[in-house]
Amino acid sequence: MDNLLWIFISALLVNNFVLTYFLGLCPFLGVSNSLETSARLGAATTFVMLVTAVCAWILNTYVLIHAPYLRLICFIVVIASTVQFIEMLIKKLSPALFRAMGIFLPLITTNCAILGLAIFATNRGYGFWEGIVYALGAGLGFTLALVLLAGLREESELSSIPKLIQGTAMNLIIAGILSMAFMGFAGLFSTT
Amino acid sequence: MTDDAPKVAASPSSMRLVLTLAIAGLISGIAIIGIYESTLPTITANKARELREAVFKVLPGVSQMQALVNRDGELVATEKPARDEPVIYGGYDEQRNFVGYAMPAAGPGFQDTIALLYGYRPGEKIVVGMEVLESRETPGLGDKIYKDAVFVGGFSALSVEPEIVAVKKGTKSQPNEIDAITGATISSKAVVRIINETHTQWSGQLPPPGSEPSLVRMESQDAEVGQ
Amino acid sequence: MKETESYEEFIKGVWRDNPVFVQVLGMCPMLAVTNSAVNAIAMGMATLFVLVGSSFLVSSFRNWIPKQVRISCFIIIIATFVTIADYTLLALVPKVHKELGAFIPLIVANCLILGRQEAFASRYPTRLAVMDALGMASGFMLALLSLGAVREILGDGALFGVKLFGENFEPWVIMILPPGGFLTLGVILLFFNWFKLKKDEFLQEVAEAERSES
Repeated sequence: MDNLLWIFISALLVNNFVLTYFLGLCPFLGVSNSLETSARLGAATTFVMLVTAVCAWILNTYVLIHAPYLRLICFIVVIASTVQFIEMLIKKLSPALFRAMGIFLPLITTNCAILGLAIFATNRGYGFWEGIVYALGAGLGFTLALVLLAGLREESELSSIPKLIQGTAMNLIIAGILSMAFMGFAGLFSTT
Repeated sequence: MTDDAPKVAASPSSMRLVLTLAIAGLISGIAIIGIYESTLPTITANKARELREAVFKVLPGVSQMQALVNRDGELVATEKPARDEPVIYGGYDEQRNFVGYAMPAAGPGFQDTIALLYGYRPGEKIVVGMEVLESRETPGLGDKIYKDAVFVGGFSALSVEPEIVAVKKGTKSQPNEIDAITGATISSKAVVRIINETHTQWSGQLPPPGSEPSLVRMESQDAEVGQ
Repeated sequence: MKETESYEEFIKGVWRDNPVFVQVLGMCPMLAVTNSAVNAIAMGMATLFVLVGSSFLVSSFRNWIPKQVRISCFIIIIATFVTIADYTLLALVPKVHKELGAFIPLIVANCLILGRQEAFASRYPTRLAVMDALGMASGFMLALLSLGAVREILGDGALFGVKLFGENFEPWVIMILPPGGFLTLGVILLFFNWFKLKKDEFLQEVAEAERSES
């Protein structure tokens, strides 16, 4: 139990995917201009990450143990097809849910955070539940970082910013400061 | 651009699509297996050498080693431990006498998991060496757990029973105390906690001192790993 | 004519359309591995190998690959090259491989590589495609190296592991930590913004001068 909690907090705060591993930066910088979109993208990403964790666990336990060299290709192909399949399923079963997050699904599959999750979970030798908890932490951590940046960007929209630092440069510097703030979470589990 | 036009007009049969993907997959598979097979010996040799070097470093006076696993309550030597099976290493000197165990250990550190290897002599119940294998501790502060020679040197004769305690620098007075690193208290405590936990976990599984498994090892292996 | 054309493709990737500084692509590996100049070069070389190799193949087979499955084919080709790079690095330089860790397989997800296949290699002859790939990869390498060098010099007081300053230099540890990556790239982009603003101002002045003359 302790171990699962550590995995969760570690992925959520201490080793936040966006702010310390730099994964999923494209949507982080691209989509984070509105709070609502960010939250929905975050929810969709968390969902895809959970699916990924299950896929990666199945592949690792039954396929890749015999052929470790196929890891990368397997991950890419299987994850992309599973997400596409689920997308179709959601479209059929719940059009409302599809409208809320379905449009993001194909975008997310090509996000490096997804592949990163599968590879990290494999490298650390996580089992089934550990993988699920890790995916949940990473997904929520991604959402948290996205929502934080979106909030800051919405605030700054109405202020007069010098032309020089508008755009990506400013977002990166904001991200740098956020990342610094998240460093404060380090050591959360070692003080005991 | 011009040769794109006819392709759009004549939509290829699904047979052709499947065939293209299959051929691409086949060629890629052959290429990947080729590179895997040709690099595997070097990679395995590198890993084995790294492990040997680490074991020899944490167990001074050792010149041979073997992997040990706990099977049905008994510690036995094995060539190929099963997946996910906890492994420790037995170290032996030139005359094939048992010297000590090298125990792999891991746990949460300041930033991320710290993985380390420590040498343990069951007769005296002391740790005789420690080497950090993997960590992402803060450069300049937490990374002193493997860069600070004084701290690493502190593990050269450290009693583990009662359990190791990290104390303020310069106040070590008991055999089970170690000076923590100034500015990296959390990382040093993490190392100590990881060793303590691993020791508790294994101490019941180790045979009484004097009856450790003896070295079973074919001569050919030394030549292979020595390359 | 031919020579200048392929030279154009090359230089375009290095400077005018620099993948990182101008197009802001391929950021994940960019920021994660640039905490030292050596890591930056290793990552740059691996990306160069993958990009040039897959551009060459995609461009050679561009008439055989049906449009409907082109993305899947590109991904298979790229993933194959990445796996080859991964194992080669692991066998030849295990130390560097350990530092880069999971970020080598992540080259697959670098949007720069897939983007070049889709936008360039699948439409142009092999020679131009390879030149384009070389240019883009060099531009990427340039960006990685400048970031890696700045971060290593400030964060460790060294370059390629050689100490540059005396004992009294207090390294800015933050620069080799994740925030340093964001901040350094942010500041470099500021410089590019400034450069662009100056250029626009200059062009405007020229235009105004011409108007007043006439």
